[in-house]
Amino acid sequence: MIEAKDIDFYYGSFHALKHINMRIAAQSVTALIGPSGCGKSTFLRLFNRMNDLIPEARLTGKCLVGGEDIYGAHVQVDDLRRRIGMVFQRPNPFPKSIFENVAYGLRVNGMGDRRFIADRVEESLRAAALWEEVKDKLKKSALALSGGQQQRLCIARALAVQPTVLLMDEPASALDPISTMKIEDLIFHLRSTYTIVIVTHNMQQASRVSDHTGFFMLGELVEYSETRKMFTNPEKTETQNYITGRFG
Amino acid sequence: MRTKLQQQIAFFIFRSLGLLVIGLLFWILGFIVYHGAGVISWEFLTTAPRDGMTAGGIWPALVGTCYLVIGSMVVAFPLGVMSAVYTSEYARNGRIVRLIRIMTNNLSGIPSIVFGLFGMSLFVRTLGFGDSILAGSLTLGLLVLPLVIRTTEEALQAVPATYRTGSRALGASRWQTVSRVVLPVAFPNIITGLILAVGRVSGETAPILFTVAAYFLPQLPTSIFDQAMALPYHLYVIATSGTDLEATRPIAYGTALVLIGVVLCINLLANLLRRRIGKHAHKS
Ligand SMILES: Nc1ncnc2c1ncn2[C@@H]1O[C@H](COP(=O)(O)OP(=O)(O)OP(=O)(O)O)[C@@H](O)[C@H]1O
Ligand SMILES: [Mg+2]
Repeated sequence: MIEAKDIDFYYGSFHALKHINMRIAAQSVTALIGPSGCGKSTFLRLFNRMNDLIPEARLTGKCLVGGEDIYGAHVQVDDLRRRIGMVFQRPNPFPKSIFENVAYGLRVNGMGDRRFIADRVEESLRAAALWEEVKDKLKKSALALSGGQQQRLCIARALAVQPTVLLMDEPASALDPISTMKIEDLIFHLRSTYTIVIVTHNMQQASRVSDHTGFFMLGELVEYSETRKMFTNPEKTETQNYITGRFG
Repeated sequence: MRTKLQQQIAFFIFRSLGLLVIGLLFWILGFIVYHGAGVISWEFLTTAPRDGMTAGGIWPALVGTCYLVIGSMVVAFPLGVMSAVYTSEYARNGRIVRLIRIMTNNLSGIPSIVFGLFGMSLFVRTLGFGDSILAGSLTLGLLVLPLVIRTTEEALQAVPATYRTGSRALGASRWQTVSRVVLPVAFPNIITGLILAVGRVSGETAPILFTVAAYFLPQLPTSIFDQAMALPYHLYVIATSGTDLEATRPIAYGTALVLIGVVLCINLLANLLRRRIGKHAHKS
């Protein structure tokens, strides 16, 4: 479903991703782990082309999503970003109402009329397990929500435009344990509909939510296998050391 | 013990200086109110000067200044905001941005009398607008353009980058991001910049000297091609070139008081607007 072929990525002269090959299965959860600064976020941002916004960044290799070369000449980047949603480490709702936050993606993509938007907003908030908590205050500012609610709102916002892929960059690292659990539950429910790639520093989280895990170090994909295998019987000693917390 | 004493002494000095500044401000205000309040009346505000400007009011100058403020903002605001949006949201070429910054900084360093001369040469003569509200507004607009650009840029840069990435990641274009997220968030601060610009414009004399200001013109302007009186220039005139300066002194102070009043009113208005829109942007 998602495929990275011979990826090399540079920030100016800094070689951030080194010759990465990776196939990510559709409708599954793939976790990316590794020490800080190893390039997980950089790798994730390749797939919705958010790296394009960074000046001096350079990429070689191919990124395929659903067979399509997303860096091909004909690709509409804004449309690609609609199809491939992203959730960031820090919840970043817009300073608008809860409703408008979720409706935003629909509006900018010119999707549907009032009725459709209202329906989609409710649907998305339900899918993000937030509807019950906010249904009476949709007109209230999103900034008045708790951090965990804000993050679920950001997930709802991403789901509203009906992406096929959801990229999550440490979506729970700024949250308390209960909110984290809610996000994990959510990922568990979303896995059947979306292809999810999640970056996390939390080994338990990776082992709880993901089907496959990739371990990055210094810009290289050191090991990539089924999560169960990775956490019980890793092939490389670096992986073993990292997941048992001996460094990183 | 010693550091504590030092700290107390430092605080004492800072506090005194701070109070001194506030005191000075009140002194100036009080001075003008004391000398000027006596002449302020409904008649003073709403009639034209009489008897060689030793009597009567300031109505034409008040109206002229309002026109000039509005005119110059119509020139400077869209231009300034657009150019700030360009440099801080669009331009990817750092060299061009730096060049524009240097130019605007230099522009803001030019004495206002030079703007006056430039305005006269370009708008009054070359473009043939004559001494007119149009020429004066354009000149004043250019004068405050750097201020509007700088405050708008600061307002835009104060908007967290995460809003922009969040918006772009949802498939919004650069323009949609700017118009739907960045500008609404930055708007209150942009208005603050506008207030500063209005204050600056309403008090300037040099740029309007050769481009619009009439020495004495009892009737109101009827089009943007007419000359107009303006408060700061009127103040200058009655304070320096009357037949009986002592007798007209209260009128001068009264005019100064009205000028300050106008600026304060506009500030107040802009602040209200800012609040309302700030709240509104938050809600919707
Ligand atoms: N915009 C940028 N410009 C230059 N270098 C960058 C930029 N963003 C990241 N880097 C560098 O690229 C490397 C990989 O960064 P990246 O953010 O992908 O790491 P990460 O694995 O996500 O780390 P973390 O776990 O701390 O989030 C780091 O060494 C970082 O310093
Ligand atoms: Mg990261």
